[in-house]
Amino acid sequence: MRKFAMVASLSIFIAFLIAAAFLIHPFGYPPSEMDDYIIENTQNETGANNAVTAVVFDYRGFDTLGEATILFTAVTGVVMLFRRKKREK
Amino acid sequence: MSKIVRTMANILILFVLTFSLYIIMHGHLTPGGGFQGGAVFASGIALLIVAFGSDNIHKSLKEHHLSILESSGALIFIGLAFGGLATVFFYNFLVGSPIFGHIPPAGPNSGDLWTGGVIPFMNLAVGLKVLAGLSAILLVMALATTTMEVEE
Repeated sequence: MRKFAMVASLSIFIAFLIAAAFLIHPFGYPPSEMDDYIIENTQNETGANNAVTAVVFDYRGFDTLGEATILFTAVTGVVMLFRRKKREK
Repeated sequence: MSKIVRTMANILILFVLTFSLYIIMHGHLTPGGGFQGGAVFASGIALLIVAFGSDNIHKSLKEHHLSILESSGALIFIGLAFGGLATVFFYNFLVGSPIFGHIPPAGPNSGDLWTGGVIPFMNLAVGLKVLAGLSAILLVMALATTTMEVEE
């Protein structure tokens, strides 16, 4: 029973691998149309010449909010871990 | 550290901090931005801590002041994000307005600083947040190691 389950799962996995090998995008071809849109419209929509900053702070601003929250949590943890006890005299 | 290191740190800290502020302020024109510029600023603070010792730095740079700076940076960032809520969260509502609203010509050009809408303000907020946060981490860790050495 275990052998049968192993062979079945492995064959399904290999079938998906072969399908992916035939359906994969050609090398160097972008997987979506989003990058062409961003390159063409960044300067009109955000006014920024740096497309990477436009993506980070405008198109994907919510992601940057998450990164800032991660940093905030890290700083809170480190300051809490290394807080100094008041000397009792 | 020795007098040579302290003198060189005194000279170099000016350039390091100026470069970090340049990276933060020009984030919408050149590679870089708030995160990178804040990291450069924190490395300048690390240079100061190494050269002068964390106790001397702690006389003028307290970690609760840095925490207030970091929280205010986060609040400015979220406030700017809520500012575009009339259209959608994180909408760039300053493009076309008199403040930082100049739209550059299409195609590759050097651009100017007066562009980008809310992106320069967000860069400033995130830069403030990152430089205060990383400096607080460095300062607190350096202080903890020195007190451990003293107690041993």
